[in-house]
Amino acid sequence: MQQLIYFFRKFKYFLFFLLLEFVALSLIFNNLNYQRSKFVNSANTITGGFYSQFSNISEYLNLKSENKRLAEENTKLRNLLSQKKILDSLNQIDHTVIDTIKFNQKYKYTSAKIINNNYTNQFNFLTLNKGEKEGLAKEMAVFNSKGIVGILENTSNDYSRVQSVLNRDSRINARLKNTNYFGTLTWDGKDYKTVQLYDIPRQAPLKVGDTIVTDGKSAIFPEGILIGKINKINKGNTADNKIDVLLFNDMSNLGYVYVVKNFSKTEIKKLEQNE
Amino acid sequence: MNKPLNIVGLFFALLFLQVFVLNNILFLGYINPYLYIAFVFSYPLKENRIPFLFYCFLLGLGVDFFSDTGGIHAYSIVFIAYLRSFFVSVFFKKTPTDFTFFNLKTEPFGKVFNFVVTLTIIHHFIFFSFANFSLQNFGNVLLNTLYSSIFTLILYFIGTYIFMKDK
Repeated sequence: MQQLIYFFRKFKYFLFFLLLEFVALSLIFNNLNYQRSKFVNSANTITGGFYSQFSNISEYLNLKSENKRLAEENTKLRNLLSQKKILDSLNQIDHTVIDTIKFNQKYKYTSAKIINNNYTNQFNFLTLNKGEKEGLAKEMAVFNSKGIVGILENTSNDYSRVQSVLNRDSRINARLKNTNYFGTLTWDGKDYKTVQLYDIPRQAPLKVGDTIVTDGKSAIFPEGILIGKINKINKGNTADNKIDVLLFNDMSNLGYVYVVKNFSKTEIKKLEQNE
Repeated sequence: MNKPLNIVGLFFALLFLQVFVLNNILFLGYINPYLYIAFVFSYPLKENRIPFLFYCFLLGLGVDFFSDTGGIHAYSIVFIAYLRSFFVSVFFKKTPTDFTFFNLKTEPFGKVFNFVVTLTIIHHFIFFSFANFSLQNFGNVLLNTLYSSIFTLILYFIGTYIFMKDK
C-alpha cells in the first residue's frame, strides 16, 4: 500500500497527463464516429450563440452575392412554372381535384443560415442557426440553389451541425443527369472544389462536362439536386473507376441553405429492413 | 504574468482570438496560425503542474468546441504542456528550484527561439496528423506543419515584441 501511494505521488503528473490525453483521444474517436459525435461539436448553445452573433455581423459582406443567387433561383423557378403551365394546357386539364384527406407531400423544406463554415480540414462540418425546435433532425439533406452542401448529423434545441460534402466520411448517392447510372460520391480530402464519384458502371456514357445530380435512392436527398460537372475521367484499367467532379457550389462562400425533410423516410427504411 | 486574473484574461483572449480571427485567416486557402499555444509559453513555471495541465486541456477543448475537431486541439496542447518542463531543463538548464524566478523575457533570445520553435513544431505535427487521420496525404501533413508553424512563430514573436515594449 505504501508503495502504491509512493508510486502515485512520484508519477502524479504523468498519470494526470495520461488521463487528460485519454479523455482527448476518446473525444477524437467519438467525433470521427458518425453516430456518436455528441459531446464536442459547435451545435451546442454556447458556441452556437457565439457563432450566430458573429455571423450577424459578417453577413452584410455577403449580401450582394446572396441576393444575386436568390434572383437567379427565382428566375429558374419562374421558368419551370411557365413550362408547367404550357404542359397543363397541352394536356387539356379542365379540372383539379383538391383532396385534403390524402396527404401527398413528400418533402418539406426549411431555410436556415450557415453560421460557421469549415472547408480546409479533412473532416469538415458546418453549423446552422436552426435546430430541433424548427423540426430539424439527423440525416436530413442540406443544399442550396447551386447544389448540395451536406447532411445533418447532430442537432441541439436551436442549432444543428452538418457533415459537409467535404468530409472524408461522407457518402452520397449520385447519378448522371440524363441516365440512371449511379455511383457513390466521396471526397479524398485534397481540393475543396472537387469531389470524387466512384463505382459508376463502365458502360455508362461519360463525357467531361456532364452534370452529376443526386439520385433519389438514398431516402435523404430528393432526386435531381445539382452536384457538379465531370472534370476528369479515369480512363485506366483500375477497378474503382474514379471520376473527378467539380462542384457547382463554392463551398467557401455559403450563406442560406435549405434543409429537406423526407416524410416517407421511416416508411422506406422500415420496408428495407424487413428484407 | 503572475497574477491569476492575468492568466484568466490571457486564456479567454487567446481562445477568442483563435476561433474568431485566426481560424478565418486561411492564408493561400488553407494555412492557419494556431497562436493559442502561446498560453503554454506564457504560463508561469511552478512545481505543481496539475493546474497548468488542466487549464491547457480546457483551452484546447474550447478551441475544439468552436472548430469541430473533436479533441485534437486538446490532445496536442496537453502534449506540449507536459513536455514543457522537460524542454525548459534542456534548453535553459533550469532545475525546479529556479522555477519561481524563471521568465522567458529575461532569457537570451536564441534559447527562447529554440524552445518555442521545438514546442510549436511538435504541437502542429501532432495536430495535423490527427486532423488527417490516415497515412494517405502524409506529404500534406508535413507541408501544413511547416507552413502553419512558420506563420504561428512569426505571429508569436511579433506579439511578444509588441507586448515587451509596453512594459
